[in-house]
Amino acid sequence: MDILNAIVALLNFVIIPGAAYGAQLALGALGVTLVYGILRFSNFAHGDTMAFGTAMTIIVTWGLLALGISFGPLPTALLALPFGIGLTALLVLGTDRLVYRFYRKVKAAPVILVMVSMGVMFVMNGITRFIIGVNEINFTDGERFIINAREFREATGLAEGLAFRTTQGITLVVAVIAVAALFWFLNRTRTGKSMRAFSDNEDLALLSGINPERVVAVTWIIVAALATTAGVLYGLDKSFKAFTYFQLLLPIFASAVVGGLGNPLGAIAGGFVIAFSEVTVTYAWKKVLTYLLPADWAPAGLVQLMGTDYKFAVSFAILVIVLLIKPTGIFKGKSL
Amino acid sequence: MAEPFLIGEGMTGGYGGADILHGCTLAVEKGEIAVIVGPNGAGKSTAMKAVFGMLKLRQGRVRLAGEDITALTPQARVMKGMGFVPQTHNIFTSMTVEENLEMGAFIRTDDYQGTLAQVYDLFPILKQKRNQPAGELSGGQRQQVAVGRALMTQPSVLMLDEPTAGVSPIVMDELFDRIIEVARTGISILMVEQNARQALEIADKGYVLVQGANRFTDTGKALLADPEVRRSFLGG
Repeated sequence: MDILNAIVALLNFVIIPGAAYGAQLALGALGVTLVYGILRFSNFAHGDTMAFGTAMTIIVTWGLLALGISFGPLPTALLALPFGIGLTALLVLGTDRLVYRFYRKVKAAPVILVMVSMGVMFVMNGITRFIIGVNEINFTDGERFIINAREFREATGLAEGLAFRTTQGITLVVAVIAVAALFWFLNRTRTGKSMRAFSDNEDLALLSGINPERVVAVTWIIVAALATTAGVLYGLDKSFKAFTYFQLLLPIFASAVVGGLGNPLGAIAGGFVIAFSEVTVTYAWKKVLTYLLPADWAPAGLVQLMGTDYKFAVSFAILVIVLLIKPTGIFKGKSL
Repeated sequence: MAEPFLIGEGMTGGYGGADILHGCTLAVEKGEIAVIVGPNGAGKSTAMKAVFGMLKLRQGRVRLAGEDITALTPQARVMKGMGFVPQTHNIFTSMTVEENLEMGAFIRTDDYQGTLAQVYDLFPILKQKRNQPAGELSGGQRQQVAVGRALMTQPSVLMLDEPTAGVSPIVMDELFDRIIEVARTGISILMVEQNARQALEIADKGYVLVQGANRFTDTGKALLADPEVRRSFLGG
């Protein structure tokens, strides 16, 4: 029995990566849930909005680096993030003007808007690949680790190393700031409250003189900010590839649905539920079990429920189960 | 006689398709209570929605303080000082009582704290529950939130679509008392009511509608005293 080493291994391979991935999913799911709550459709283009935002941020990052500007120990991409958000906001506002506004005017059924968003998805995907290419891009710079595995082993004398990457730390800090800012905005400001009112009861919101076009525009700007932030954090933590972001759509939707579509708190909870499910199901538990169990009980196999290639099956299974058993999600969905 | 403060005159129209209203006229004087009663399907709510611009009129005009507002959208009529409380879905259930009232004051650019205090004076229970989600309140309290929300714009006319639907008789009496209080502050009230007898008791003017047209129009007291109205619409 070696509980300390087991805890360190668990932190290193499950809890820290799961928390960082969960925060990224939560930010993504918040965007999906806002669109669902206010524009009332499932936005399939969200993954590609994230990809576009990240691509823009990467280009600005390259620009900054070319000018000799960097952010010291932190990734330069954080400096470029506001520019990426701005450009993405322009893209989604333009898309809304060109595409979604027409369907709002004719009061199209939500399922039609979903199909429309799929079209938007393909176009955005194309734009992103056209601008930045299809290859994998690493754009992380600055200090790599907050806690280095080797130094941790030397300092503690434990057999297991603990690595805490800068990008993971940044992910958690930025996610907390973004979520706090979003909730402050929704609950404390007049515009935020009018967005919640619009989501709660559209007719009454109109009767109260709330301007729907303004609510929609503000929503898109917030969605652009959340999507770009989520995309950049994910890209810093792993790497950027346009196609990966399209695939992220599944866990992001699963997160939003698990938490309750339209409910921001639910999106955050859902993000962590999905992330930890994925990580725990695809993690090989042999190491942790070997530390915890008596020596002759140590498992011979990897004790991995599913290969990492199947991680999307986890979100998909959870999505199906939730829709069958509790379609409104953990928190009651469909209102902000 | 001068023209009434708000009048919907000779209104004919429906929600597309067949007409529901046939030359219906409704009017209310400043600070008075006008009540629309009638059997189910008589077009009571439709008539009021027509006054508020929620359906297209084929004929007839709506005038507020002498100004023709027939072509205005409901939102524009709110700006002109009309308040409307729908029968259902008339509050933001996920928002607190105070946030509901704040949203009522959304179009106001001045300080609405005074109006907020007035609404709390009128409905003391709302002040107690100001930080509770409105969806958690009882039926009568929800109606108070709905009326309070509409009052936040400081309207000159308040239109209520069956404010006492689904509340107990005691709560109904209390709501009627509050409505009288609102009218005393100079706000005209136009309301549709299912509880015809009680509503006519507080009405300065009553309209009995049948099949989208005026059948009887008189003061509330006179309608209550009219044997034919009693027999046909008030159950004896």
